[in-house]
Amino acid sequence: MEHQGRDYALWSIAIVLVVLFALIPVLWLISISLKPPDELTDQSFIPQSVSFDNYKSLFEGGIDDSPFIKPLINSIAIALITTVIAIVLASFCAYAIARLEFPGKRLILAGALAIAMFPPISTVGPLFDMWRALGLYDTYLGLIIPYLTFSLPLAIYVLVAFFREIPWELEQAAQVDGATPFQAFTKVIVPLAAPGVFTAAILVFIFCWNDFLFAISLTSSDASRTVPAALAFFTGESSFTAPTGSIAAAAVVVTVPIIVFVLFFQRRIVAGLTAGAVKG
Amino acid sequence: MAAHAQKASSRTRSERKLAWMLCAPAVLAMLLVTAYPIAYAIILSLQNVDLRFPDENSFAGLSNYVTVLTSDLWWTDMFNTVFIMVVTVSIELVLGMAIALVMHRAIFGRGIVRTSVLIPYGIITVVAAFAWQFAFAPETGFVNDLIGGETDWFGGRFTSFVVIILAEVWKTTPFMALLLLAGLVTIDGQLYEAARVDGASAWQRFTRITLPLMKPAILVALLFRTLDAFRVFDSIFIMTRGALDTESVSILGYNQLISRLNLGLGSAVSVLIFVCVFLIALVFVRGFGAKLEEGRPGG
Repeated sequence: MEHQGRDYALWSIAIVLVVLFALIPVLWLISISLKPPDELTDQSFIPQSVSFDNYKSLFEGGIDDSPFIKPLINSIAIALITTVIAIVLASFCAYAIARLEFPGKRLILAGALAIAMFPPISTVGPLFDMWRALGLYDTYLGLIIPYLTFSLPLAIYVLVAFFREIPWELEQAAQVDGATPFQAFTKVIVPLAAPGVFTAAILVFIFCWNDFLFAISLTSSDASRTVPAALAFFTGESSFTAPTGSIAAAAVVVTVPIIVFVLFFQRRIVAGLTAGAVKG
Repeated sequence: MAAHAQKASSRTRSERKLAWMLCAPAVLAMLLVTAYPIAYAIILSLQNVDLRFPDENSFAGLSNYVTVLTSDLWWTDMFNTVFIMVVTVSIELVLGMAIALVMHRAIFGRGIVRTSVLIPYGIITVVAAFAWQFAFAPETGFVNDLIGGETDWFGGRFTSFVVIILAEVWKTTPFMALLLLAGLVTIDGQLYEAARVDGASAWQRFTRITLPLMKPAILVALLFRTLDAFRVFDSIFIMTRGALDTESVSILGYNQLISRLNLGLGSAVSVLIFVCVFLIALVFVRGFGAKLEEGRPGG
């Protein structure tokens, strides 16, 4: 019994440490975002008084004058469009790899792996030059194309791992039972494939949402600048005030929904992140 | 029989055709922004191309590479990059393993650990960098107050590295922990029971059973995190913008290409970074025997 009690205490300490480690920066950002400007430098982890001015200033001036609304829309739109295209292309490719026999299969998987290791900075210069010539510089498409390239390997690997687990015989069984090929696909295969597709979509979305290098290199204005890039160029209310409070508030606005989302779908994300990591 | 074989082969042929058609769009999209730009980067790196002086383009041979490789800045930045990479990945391996063990063996609370570990994964790297910067900045931060010090963290090179490395470790340890956990769950529990019966201590069980059996998973996790850490950019850009000799090679490439618009020199830096990444992967695969077919692209 005594031994068990000690184990219990040790595990409790380990768990508390891990949870604190993960949570402190998030709580800290929330704390800063709520501090009024004159208390910003009080060096206290917990705000002495609470003010929502930082949040108000983010949205002041509507879509035209707010430094935050347009980048937020850009971030959401670019990440969503990329996710939809990437998932469609990756599903086709993963279906072929998981279900069909053809030469070049291993080459595609190896190529996707190589691209996952590719340093994005090596493509930034050429893309900058090409996009300016083609008129893609500072446009949605100019960011969607590189995001697509660098998220496809991730999506393909996750989807192949999921598609290999699907019992495809069920499709034929349904047809034997009188279902049309279309019914067999939509009623049997789609529900089985949906969880994997959804998992891949979450991972691709987070990848696009997180990118900073392409976002600052291939955009120059609010026309297509995403939140991470906009945060780096935030300025204070006047040139004498640091934008710390606004940055913290903006960071909380883009972080909290994602955290809720991640926690809600944590099982899927863990499955996706480790899909195919180790061959069982 | 002959007709049957012919029918089968025409079916294989149509299956191949279908497979290629299904894969073509994804393969093209992946090549579009990798193969062509890297070829273009090599061409640019052999020329004098400066967008501020568009009429003065000329063939430069290897002179851009000579300029980069003989500059102190490149070697300072290379040292910084490798330093940050080695320290970050080492801490992450130990910490990631500890968290993986907690998630795997805890007698309670596995759910809450897994939940909290995913929080850093969901947060934008730039946001995490700001959070740690604000925490350590002497004016706004709570860290100096907490440890009772007066350190100006961003006033020196190595104190800046401390914060940069901390931010990187915080953001990417969850990925390492999850990859290690995936390796951990494949180990047969009976091995531990047998070792326990034979009187092996917890530490012996870890070093004699867990570590050897996890070698493939560890190598793959290390390879992906090492390559990722070599590209370090976001945290440094946010915290110091490369001031006080804290630049990484990716920041150097960005400065040459986008800030100074010197595409020739910048492309030489880009190509050299590409070569380094290739060499790191080669060392892992040939030197340590990392099995890439067991690997997967990082999140």
